[in-house]
Amino acid sequence: MQQGTNWELIKNGMFKENTLFRMAISLCPAIAVTASMKNGILMGVAVLFVQVMVNMTVSSIRQFINPRIRLPIYMIVIAGWVSVIDMTMAAYAREAYKQIGLYIQLIVAFASILAKAESFASKNKIVPSMMDGVGMGLGFLLAMIVISFFRELLGKGTLLGLDIAGGKPLLIMVLPAGGFFAFGLLMGFFNWIDIRFFGGKGAGGAGGH
Amino acid sequence: MDFTKLLELVVSASLINNFVFTRFLGLCIFFGVSKRMETAVGMSITFVSVMVISAAVSWLIFFGLMVPLDITFLRIVVFIGVVAALVQTADTIMKKTSPVLYHKLGIYLALITTNCIILAVPLINAGEGYSFIEALAFGLGSGLGFALALTIMASIREKLELADVPRPFRGLPIAFVVAGLIALAFTGFSGLITL
Repeated sequence: MQQGTNWELIKNGMFKENTLFRMAISLCPAIAVTASMKNGILMGVAVLFVQVMVNMTVSSIRQFINPRIRLPIYMIVIAGWVSVIDMTMAAYAREAYKQIGLYIQLIVAFASILAKAESFASKNKIVPSMMDGVGMGLGFLLAMIVISFFRELLGKGTLLGLDIAGGKPLLIMVLPAGGFFAFGLLMGFFNWIDIRFFGGKGAGGAGGH
Repeated sequence: MDFTKLLELVVSASLINNFVFTRFLGLCIFFGVSKRMETAVGMSITFVSVMVISAAVSWLIFFGLMVPLDITFLRIVVFIGVVAALVQTADTIMKKTSPVLYHKLGIYLALITTNCIILAVPLINAGEGYSFIEALAFGLGSGLGFALALTIMASIREKLELADVPRPFRGLPIAFVVAGLIALAFTGFSGLITL
């Protein structure tokens, strides 16, 4: 079930099936760790890594998996790779890990990763699976950068810790409530673009895991 | 372990560190099932019970088995297995003993197997090194906090159905903004108790 070229696969994951803004899944870290851009990027990279590795692993062992026990096997693969990134970050990025460690561990419950393992990697060869994972991961990373960019700029007047805007920042944007506002507004904005310029119907009606 | 401390733990887990509004966990399910009051209540009941039970079982496994054997690095793999097995067991028991209840809550049980909020309770318990009773209190408090959030949200969204929302904001975006407003109210709880 080859689906177009590799580039199309990446583009599909980044925009059409963007985990956060289009499918509205795996929302928790999108709000929890986006108060600063550094954490947002770290989280995005961690997800990108896990997504690609899980897709490749599942794809390479797909012939040996008995369909009846496939879900537990996917869960073990995912949990394994999450443990890897969890321990790596605990060892090399201690400061950030203290803040976002819990969310790194909870990547294991990401619906988008399990869904891709089930719907794509288990039916495709290694290279397309890898590209699909790269696309999904980059889409997530991109969304994280966009959200954290606005929140850090408006909430602290800084970007990646550097002072950009002077004056009194809007404290609310770095508070928990600001995360919800930022995400809701951005999602509405992307829906508006979609409806206005591409004649789409707007996403986010359903919402799920 | 005196009673006041436990009560403080429950209050702090449910209100001050509310899972949804300050820790941002379980958002997918929070937005997914908060459309109608009835489903929200069903989900809340299931959540509170599964959370307390999973807190207890995973505490026993973590401190009884994994710490002595020095395999705590496997906690992510083990906890997700525990939660999945537990939910499956609850599902089977419910189906056999109380078909009426199963008919009402069965679908939610299947949904919460890989929910981040259920998994977060054992992980936080292990990370903080809570005692058994404390772990139970934390599970209960978190569950109640989630139930509270879900009920508030569902009652608002039922009214929201009738409102004339701009088209790009229909559905999830407006729900996020509403959640932001509730979260703002919940910030008022911070500093209620200092643990």
